[in-house]
Order: sequence, then structure tokens, then C-alpha cells
Amino acid sequence: MSGMVIQPVLLWSDALLFVLIAVIGALTLWARRQEALRAAWTRVARNGVAMAAATVLAVFVLIGLLDSLHYRARLEAQPGAAERYAVEVNSALDALLSDLRLRAEKTYSAPLATHLFAREALENSAQREFPRLKHGGAHLGENLSGHELDIAVRVSRGLGGGLVVWLLLVALVCRVNGLDLKAVMKVGACRPAKRNPRQTESGAATGAVLVTLLPILLLLGVAISLGGGYHVFGTDKVGQDVLYLSLKAIRTGLLIGTLTTLVMLPAAVLLGILAGYVGGWVDDVIQYLYTTLSSIPGVLLIAAAVLMMQVVIDTHPDWFATSAERADARLLALCLILGMTSWTGVARLLRGETLKLRELEFVQAAQAFGVGRFAIMRRHILPNLMHIVLISLVMDFSGLVLAEAVLSYVGVGVDPTTISFGTMINTARMELAREPMVWWSLLAAFSFMFALVLAANLFADAVRDAFDPRSSA
Amino acid sequence: MSLLGVKDLSIHIGAARPVDGISFDIAAGECYALLGESGCGKSMTALGIMRLLPVAARVTGGTVAFEGGDLLALPESGMREVRGGGIGMIFQEPATSLNPVLTVGRQIVEALQLHAGLQGAAASARAAELLDQVGIPDPRRRLDAYPFQLSGGLRQRVMIAIALAGEPRLLIADEPTTALDVTIQAQVLDLLDDLRRSQGMALLLITHDLGVVARMADRVGVMYAGQLVEEAPRRQFFAQAAHPYSVRLFAALPDARRRGGRLATIPGSVPAADARHGGCRFVDRCSEVMPVCRSTLPPWREVDAAQRVRCFLPGAAPKPAAGAAGDVAALAVESRPLLEVTDLQVHFPIRRGILQRAVGAVRAVDGMSLQLMPGRTLALVGESGCGKTTAGKAMLQLLRPTAGSVRLEGVELTTRSAGELRPLRARMQMVFQDPFASLNPRLRIGDIIAEGMQALGAGAKAGGDAATRVGGLLEQVGLRPDMVSRYPHEFSGGQRQRIAIARALAVNPQLLICDEPTSALDVSVQAQILNLLSDLQRDLKLAYLFITHNIAVVDYLAHDVAVMYLGRVVERGSADEVLRQPRHPYTKALLAAVPRVDGTRSEVPKLVGDMPSPAHPPPGCHFHPRCPLADEACRRSYPAETLFGATHAVRCFKAA
Repeated sequence: MSGMVIQPVLLWSDALLFVLIAVIGALTLWARRQEALRAAWTRVARNGVAMAAATVLAVFVLIGLLDSLHYRARLEAQPGAAERYAVEVNSALDALLSDLRLRAEKTYSAPLATHLFAREALENSAQREFPRLKHGGAHLGENLSGHELDIAVRVSRGLGGGLVVWLLLVALVCRVNGLDLKAVMKVGACRPAKRNPRQTESGAATGAVLVTLLPILLLLGVAISLGGGYHVFGTDKVGQDVLYLSLKAIRTGLLIGTLTTLVMLPAAVLLGILAGYVGGWVDDVIQYLYTTLSSIPGVLLIAAAVLMMQVVIDTHPDWFATSAERADARLLALCLILGMTSWTGVARLLRGETLKLRELEFVQAAQAFGVGRFAIMRRHILPNLMHIVLISLVMDFSGLVLAEAVLSYVGVGVDPTTISFGTMINTARMELAREPMVWWSLLAAFSFMFALVLAANLFADAVRDAFDPRSSA
Repeated sequence: MSLLGVKDLSIHIGAARPVDGISFDIAAGECYALLGESGCGKSMTALGIMRLLPVAARVTGGTVAFEGGDLLALPESGMREVRGGGIGMIFQEPATSLNPVLTVGRQIVEALQLHAGLQGAAASARAAELLDQVGIPDPRRRLDAYPFQLSGGLRQRVMIAIALAGEPRLLIADEPTTALDVTIQAQVLDLLDDLRRSQGMALLLITHDLGVVARMADRVGVMYAGQLVEEAPRRQFFAQAAHPYSVRLFAALPDARRRGGRLATIPGSVPAADARHGGCRFVDRCSEVMPVCRSTLPPWREVDAAQRVRCFLPGAAPKPAAGAAGDVAALAVESRPLLEVTDLQVHFPIRRGILQRAVGAVRAVDGMSLQLMPGRTLALVGESGCGKTTAGKAMLQLLRPTAGSVRLEGVELTTRSAGELRPLRARMQMVFQDPFASLNPRLRIGDIIAEGMQALGAGAKAGGDAATRVGGLLEQVGLRPDMVSRYPHEFSGGQRQRIAIARALAVNPQLLICDEPTSALDVSVQAQILNLLSDLQRDLKLAYLFITHNIAVVDYLAHDVAVMYLGRVVERGSADEVLRQPRHPYTKALLAAVPRVDGTRSEVPKLVGDMPSPAHPPPGCHFHPRCPLADEACRRSYPAETLFGATHAVRCFKAA
């Protein structure tokens, strides 16, 4: 045997995502040395709700990152033939969930069902029956009377497993931090223990994280335990496991939410500060630009741009080696377009704040020293705007995740082969019109998106409170 | 039977105790002044009486008896009757205490409906009557005015009219004139005094200004760190203050008698509201401290029937040894002026319409000339809006002048580009008014001070590396060199102003333009900064252009004075000439309006009305609409400069 079992594939969006993570890491290291920033983040860390939200977000990010490690598997080849790799690009998450991914049914089946959702004409029977699923409940064999008992057993096994893992984790954390187990639990219940403040602080954060991890681990345990034998969230029209689809959609949502801001931010910050500080015709031009952009209906502008890009992609099929790369290009282009249309709000906000800062006396003191324009913008204006940038970043994230869903629903979003909350909701439109109704795709997409956006919003709230100079004064 | 009886009132905000057991009484028709520096709990006391405390604060003890009933026991609905009806309140900032989207009339009528039960025509008639009562001319028309159409003084009068609508028996005035100019302050204080006498209304006056207390109060309560430390009738208080803190407050006041000497300062600052005190609260700043002061809270001691003090010292506290008055240490007058400003004009165009065409100009500075000799202090005096700050910035070329010339050591500045100006910037620097806005909150102290040196390369010239120089500068302004790595928010107002001065000194300037450097500071801290400035002038031969509206400060430190009115200098000369023998009617009125600590009133008639807008200056002499001496000639043309002696110049036809 020679050559690797897999061939790593680095999609553009993966690369950008890893760059983003590296940048965030570097910023974190830098922020640790900035006293004001560290103090603000300490306030975030002391906020139980914020830490709980951060924990949920971290789980989503972990799934998204796993889903961003792409590879092509090596195909079974005749000895002597050249190495060949599959056309299909998979991710580490796909590998982890290969059970879910590969055990496709024929079409719709309800959550935890053992039969298909619709009657079909069976081979040796005149009647139309609900056919058995190929995988869902297959371990039960012909004896379906044990179905409910089996589910109950699996649920309790999952809960037990989750609880055990959590308890181990709690013990480990307490061991490492030298914290008293009881104190942590008390703090977790928002009752500050009377210990030295430093310990209480870290205790509060740890407590909130641990308390949040409990339901997450319990749900995870149940999902693993049930998923071994059933389709937890049912299957979709072509028989794909909906739980698998929902997990795959997380990466798309995260990418749209983060890469878009990455595209938008430099332009917004630069133009906003320039317009506010330099003023004059520069201000006029920038204002004209964003007033014009924001007066065109957003969806219309995005739809036009997406359709144009679609034409470009379709006329150059040779640019992309795999369909995954094509879908990825379209996802990136969508981020770009969303970024181009959404920088206006932040730029306007920063311009206004810069106008205010420009008149402050410390800026005039710098002018009295003959400090150059760009040095003043960098040293005196930008650092005093960072809290606004950060707040709008975090607040925009959830808005963008929702925007993706809306755009995909309208049909101008991501590539139809890309799994996203938007495409799931789009297909659910037809499913809800069926009789009897197929509700589980929508429910799954809704629950995941709700958890993601709610966590992001709660976190954004805490960040805003911590960084708002008025509330922290 | 007193009208208001506050007994052991305590207010807590979390661990902080801004008000910690204070008791005082106010009789009907009496004016009681609550005096103290910022952060002593004066305003919190007033809000506690009105039960308008911020959400986090709560009353933890004591009673507030008003006309016999306990206000703290009233239900909220009963309290609404008292607010406005029994007790009226006016606030410091007239700009924010009126609702900007409602007419003045609506806001007065609202109070009338609530407290007098008047409706419709009767209500607006009464509202006009009230406006008339507070001295607003043409009251019927003013009812339809919006707050932004009124000047600060008129707004404060409207606030008083609203407070009077419920015919309160007690008016709480929280720093009612702090945001106003002296001439307007004099008008408002007169009004309050007249109303009190004519309506028999009691007044609780909250202020930090000893001059206002001397002008208004019957009795004085001095507050320090949440407690009353002295209570006395006004006359006795000003004649013989008993508490060391009161004595030091007087000693810290700058005035002409202390020229050239050092002001007595109170070291340190007011303790934080959450500090715990074993004994007397003033103990860390007191020079007469005894062991017993640290362990036991001093009880009230009767000095005589009306005066009492919380201090263990027998008798009145001795006056601190202030530096003997001497000649103001001025350098020999050199022939060549350091700064020479001729016909300086700064106009801001007013743009209207789609094409933004200039339809007029705000003439903030409209032809001012002055000279500043090296090593001397020139005070630029005037009311807010007269263009002093704009002139200062235009001299530094922070604003480009519209016309005129500014020469620094004979070098013309106005025609130089930003790059050409840079080498000259090291010679002239500015100290700003608000120490909280003048330091970038995101930079360390060391970086703030080093900024100018980096920008101008002055660190290398001064010798030694930048870090040593920064340390040296901090010591020079009375801070510790190890503070370089701290952030501005860790410092008090006075310390921040020291840092701002150190920043300006870093580039070795010869000229320092100080724009109201002490107006945001308390009296005791102001004295520290003024002492520092005069030390620096002595050691470094600095010239100061001191922009201020505080006549007492001018009297204390200026060698020369220029009085500005509506963009022009109306009178200039040496401090003695301008302040002792003022010739311009505006200067006379300005000096007369300053409330004096000794309580004497001057005979000069007070100014009426406000300063006109610099967008539409009156024709002829700008001052004629407010001038008691104005005649036809004044309305026709602007007077030329008349010289009295070598240095004293006045722009007035009537000056003689």
C-alpha cells in the first residue's frame, strides 16, 4: 500500500475560517494585555447567562470546525493502477456521522419511526402498506411490540451516559482548579459563595459553563443512543437523516455569520472613520455611497448579484474540480455580497461616533502636537470605537444567520446542494402543504437555528452591557 | 415649628453611603445653603427628600418631616402631591431639564393642571403671569416658544416658573446657577431672592460656591463626605468658620489679596463614598489632627447658640498659613512680545439650502488684537459664547483663522501649512477645560505624556531617554513617576489636570494657552492647580494665556487682562487697571455681578438681557442693547480704542 488513505482538501471557505480563528486567537492574546479590554471581558465572564450562551456557541463552533476539515477518500483500486480519490468531498464531521449519512431510507419517515411515512404497494401483497425502514428500528426485527420499550431503554441509557460524562467532567474541573465541588454548584445556582473574590469569579464562570454542559451532554447522550438504531429527527424526501442535515447546516450558518462580517468590517471601519474625521468632500462621497446602497431594497440587490454570479459560475465549469468546490464558491460569493450590502449600518454608526470623538479635547491636544491625521485616527479614534465595532459584530452575527435562511428560502441563497437552514426551510414549505403534514424538517431546522441565534443574541447582549461605557461607569 | 425637618437621613447605594446620617431644619421663608465639594452627597440629600433617588439607592434610616408629616412614610400617590405642590425643585442644567419638544407654555400648564387644578384659558393666563413673575419679558408670546429658542438664563427662569406653579412652600435649588454666566447668575439669584421674600417660600440652596452662599443664605450647612460638619448663620460662618474644612475652603479661594502668594490647599481629595470611617471623615486632610480624631466620630459641639460644629478642636480652627501676599513674580518686561495677535477673525459660515450656500457667518472672533510678553500671564475674560475659546484655538492654529495675523516670536503662523507649523508647535501648547475629556481613556499615562515628544521629536532634544523625561515631568507636576503605566480613569479630576499639564510641558513650550483649566474642579483642587501653574511659571519662565470667566482667579494670578465681548476685546490693560479702575461699562457690570464672599454688594447696576448671537451682532457698539449709558453714537458705529496711560485701552465712547 502506498499513498495516503485520504487526500486533504482545503476549500476557500475553510481557509478563511481558519484565518479568522487565528485572528481571533491573536486578538485574544493582545486583549489580555489591554487592561480596559480585559476588565470588560472579565465582566462578560462573570455574567452567568453570557457564559452559558458562550458554551452553547462553542458547541456549535466545534461542530462547524469539524465540518470544515475536508478530505477526499481514496478509492479501492486494482493493484498497480494509479491512486484515485473519490469525487465526493467529505468532512471530519461526515466521517464521525457516517452512520447517519449512509443509512438513507427511501423517502420520508417520521422521527423514531420503524416504517415509512407513506403507504406503498408492497411486492407480495395486494394492499398498500407502510413499508419497513431499511435502517430505522432494523435491530428490532419482526417483533415490533418492543419498539416503545426499546426507545425508553435507549433514552435512559443516553441520559445515564450523559450524566456520567458530566459528573466526570465536574470532578475533573474541580480537581484542576482546586475548587470545592459544593461551592461551584452553589455559584452555578447564582448564589455567590463567600470566598475570596477571585475564586468566586472563576467559580461563577465555571459553574455557569458546567450547568449549561449538563443539558447539552444529556441531549448528546440521548441522540447518540437513539441515533444508533433510529432516525432521531426522521428522514427527508430522499431519505436522508434530518439530524445529519441539521448538523451539516450549522457550518453554513456560522460561515455566513462570520465571513460576512470579516468582509464587511475593514470597509465599514475605514470608511466610517474617514467620513467622520476627514469630513469635507470625503465625507460627502462616502455618505453618498452608503445612502445610495442602503436605499436599494436589500433583497433585490442581493438577488441581482447572486444571479449574475450564478451565470459566471455556470459558464466556467472548468474552474472547479468538484461540485463541493463550486458550492463553496457560491457560498463565499454570497458572503461577499451580503458583506457589501451590510457595511452601511456599521459605517454610519462609526461615522457618527467619530464626529463626536473628533471634537473631544484629547484629539485636539494631539492636533496641537502636530500629530498626523492617520496617526490620530489610529491612536485616538479607532481604540475608542472598538467597543462599537465589537458590539455590532456580535449583534450582526445572528441577523446574518437569519438573512441566509430568508435568502435561501427566496431562492437566491446558497447552492441547492449546500445544506443550510435556509434550504431546509425552503423544502419544508412543500412538506407542510402535504396531507398528512411532514413537520420534522422544519422543527429540526427551527430548533437548531433558534438555539444558535438565541445563544448569539444573549452573548451579544452581555458583550454590549460589558463594553458600554455608560453601563459600566 | 420648622417647615422641613431632616433627621438622621441615611442613603446607601450598595456599599457606598453618599449620605450618612444628616440632620437639619429649615424654617418657613428661610434660605438654607448646603455647601460642599462634589461627591459630598448634597444632591443625593435633595433627591432623598423628594424621594426621587436613582433605582440603586435607598433610604436606610432617618425621617424627613415636612409640615409635620413624615415624607418617607407617605405612599407614592401622596408623594406626588408633595412634589411640585409642597416642595418644588430646580436643577443645575437648564438645557436638559425642559422637554425640548413641548412649548414652554405646555410645560407650565401641565404643572398648573396638576397642582392648581386650572384648565384652559385660566391656566394659560396664570402661566403668563408666572413668566412675568420670573422676569421674562413679553410673557404671552413666550408661552409658545420652545426651549431651544430661549437662552440658558431664560430657560432657568422658565424652570423656576414651573416650580412656582404649584405654589410650593419649599424650593430646592440644586446648583441653580452653576451652568450660567456671572451676569446671568446675578439675575437668577436676584430673582430667587425676590421670590423668596415676596412669597414667603423657604429655599434649600445646594451649591459649592461660597460667593453664592454669601449672597443668598440665612443659614449654612457644610457637608463633607456624607455628613454635616458645621452649621451656622451666614454672618457667623463668614466671620468665624469653626471647622478646619470650612476654614480651608475660605483659604483656598483665590483673590487679589493673595496675589503672588500661594493658596492654601487641602491635600488629597474627598474620601470615596464606600470608605469606612472610624472617626472624623476629614482626618486625612486635616493639619490639626489629634489621635482622638482617628478613633471617635466627633460629636456636635455648640460654638454658640446658633453655630455648631463636629470637631474636637476647642475654639475655631486656626487659619492655615498661606504664603504671604507678594508681588506677582513677573519677569522684567521685554520689549519683544512672545505672542502678537492682530485683527484676528474666525468666522463660521452658516450654510442653507440644497447647495449649501453660505448665507451668513457666525462671527465667533471678529477682529481681536492682543500681545503677550514672555513669562507673563494674560487673562482673557468673558462670558460663554464671547469667542474666548475659539480665539485660543485659532492662535494655536487648531482652527484656521478667517483673517488677521498671529505671530509667535515674530514668526507669522496663519500662512504656514500644517507641516511648516509642526516645528513651532513645541513652543505653544494648550491645557483644556475638561480633564475627563482631554485624556484618551485607552492610553496609559506614560504614552499620553510621551505623545508630543514623539510627534515633535522633542524628547531627544531635552536629553535623556523618553521614559526618564516622562518620570521627571510627573514629578514636576506633583505626581509619582511610577504612575506611568496607569490609565486615566484611575485618577481624580485634579490629578488628570496635572497629567494634562505634564503632557503640554513635555515639549518645552514657552506659551501655554490654558482654557478654563480649573472650572471643572472643586475649590480645594483648583487651589492646587493654580499653585502648580504659578510654580511652573516661576521655574520655567512660561507665558500663560489664561482663558477664563472666573474673575477671582484672574485677580489672583494675571498680570494683564483682556475683556472680550462678542468676538472683540473691549478693554485691556494690566490687572490692576482693568480690575480696580474698569472703564468699560461691560467690565464694570461683569465685576459687579461676581458674588463676593464678604457679602458686600456693589452699586453698579446689573446687566439686563443676554449676550446677542454672534451670527447677528447689533450694529454699532455690540454692547449698546445692554448698556445703561448707550446713546445715538453707540448705535451708529463701533468705538475705536481709547488709551488711558501706556497700557490701558478701552473701546467705548463713554469711557473717561
